[in-house]
Amino acid sequence: MAQPAAETHEKTLADRILERTGVDVRECYQCGKCTAGCPMVQFMDLTPSQVMRLAQIGDAEAVETLLTSTTLWSCVGCLTCTQRCPKELDPAAVMDALREIAYEEGLVPADQRKVLRFHQAFLETVKHAGRMSEVPLTALYKTLSGDFFSDVTLAPAMLLRGKLPLIPKVISGRKEVGRIFEKCLHEQEGEEDQA
Amino acid sequence: MTTLGYYPGCSLHGTGRELDQSIRALAEVAGVDLVEIEDWNCCGATAAHSLNHDLAVALPYRTLALAEAQGLTEVVAPCAACFSRLKGTAVRLARDPALVEKMQRITERPYQGTVRVLNANEYVDRLLDEGLADRLTHRLAGLKVAPYYGCLLSRGEDIVPDDHEQPTAMERALTAAGCEVVPWNFATECCGGGFSMSKTEAVVDLSDAILSDAEDAEADAVVTSCPMCHSNLDMRQRTMNAAGLGPHEIPILYLSEVLGLAAGIEPERLGLDRHFVDAMRVTERLAEAPAAEA
Repeated sequence: MAQPAAETHEKTLADRILERTGVDVRECYQCGKCTAGCPMVQFMDLTPSQVMRLAQIGDAEAVETLLTSTTLWSCVGCLTCTQRCPKELDPAAVMDALREIAYEEGLVPADQRKVLRFHQAFLETVKHAGRMSEVPLTALYKTLSGDFFSDVTLAPAMLLRGKLPLIPKVISGRKEVGRIFEKCLHEQEGEEDQA
Repeated sequence: MTTLGYYPGCSLHGTGRELDQSIRALAEVAGVDLVEIEDWNCCGATAAHSLNHDLAVALPYRTLALAEAQGLTEVVAPCAACFSRLKGTAVRLARDPALVEKMQRITERPYQGTVRVLNANEYVDRLLDEGLADRLTHRLAGLKVAPYYGCLLSRGEDIVPDDHEQPTAMERALTAAGCEVVPWNFATECCGGGFSMSKTEAVVDLSDAILSDAEDAEADAVVTSCPMCHSNLDMRQRTMNAAGLGPHEIPILYLSEVLGLAAGIEPERLGLDRHFVDAMRVTERLAEAPAAEA
């Protein structure tokens, strides 16, 4: 059996998760309750309890399997696992941390990039305007993802119901929000350098 | 006059417009002054906590700091995702002084932690106490409803003050409006939330299961307080039907719309005419409330 990276002076994956979330995956005793309640499990290649187990093992093979997993991008953040974990371990926060690490290391699987593009489009919209508006978000998402044709028939119906404001909201503190984005990105890079 | 801070959040200017309309209309009837936080920003929603954990706290932090500076001690965040981000941030800040310090550095704004965040269900309950209960002139007599909490209005220790597996926060209000609450199994199941555009197939699958269970329980309508759940369950019914599921044709109402109807507010003012699945039909059940008992 592969030795955990804890034997070396490098930080283990479990340590990196602990730093980002306060959750120690080593405490998981694999009861499987997270997997049993997960509504998205049918769209995942690893179940939530397998994610916890691989994070415990933490050797090179386990880390690669985890960080390239479709599961990270299929977790909808519904918190069912977190609510039910008998060890109070917050698997949803572990998913967030692993997704963040996979994103930082450029390991997003090709078939999951639509989810990443949506998150990126959302954050770009907020960074520039301070708020999300449906029209710029959808336009940017479609440009980034190349997914031009889905839902085009919804737009007229939304317009008709006054649900698609054409003039995006922009706040007066948008530059301040832009600076907050820059600083948060900077913090993230700094934390990784120390890892 | 009671004053409550108001954080509409981005969805309530677009997709969730009728939630904004009905929340504001109810405040007027109850005689509560809703004061919008000046220059509020987006909470970051799922995107921020998916990609950057500092940003996921810093964005709600700025809004909480603005509310505090404006002297608002209670803030209503009707969107369930905004509520979860705002209150989640407030709870974490209260526990972790180092996080407060970090956020002060990132946002260059002070925050003492004086703001209490309320969700749409807590808000409606609060309004009932503020006098709305005495102003319900109508009843949706015998309208069978399935109260749908979804994820973010049922889960989260220290965030949602309710039973996490069998929440009841909507029941008092629904009963006061004359509705009959049906027992059903999917009250806290996930609709697919923020995957509406990027994993539509998952949203269609999960939302179809929720609607099917509500129909099996013979509900006339599903009641929610979350704009994401609302848009998945209402707007996506045509997508489900086109995929050969259902067919569904069940109105999805906001709790604030239901109470607004019971308070005698015109359906159009509540935004009931903006739904994808006809919701105006529930007004056929409206009847004047029997005179209050002496």
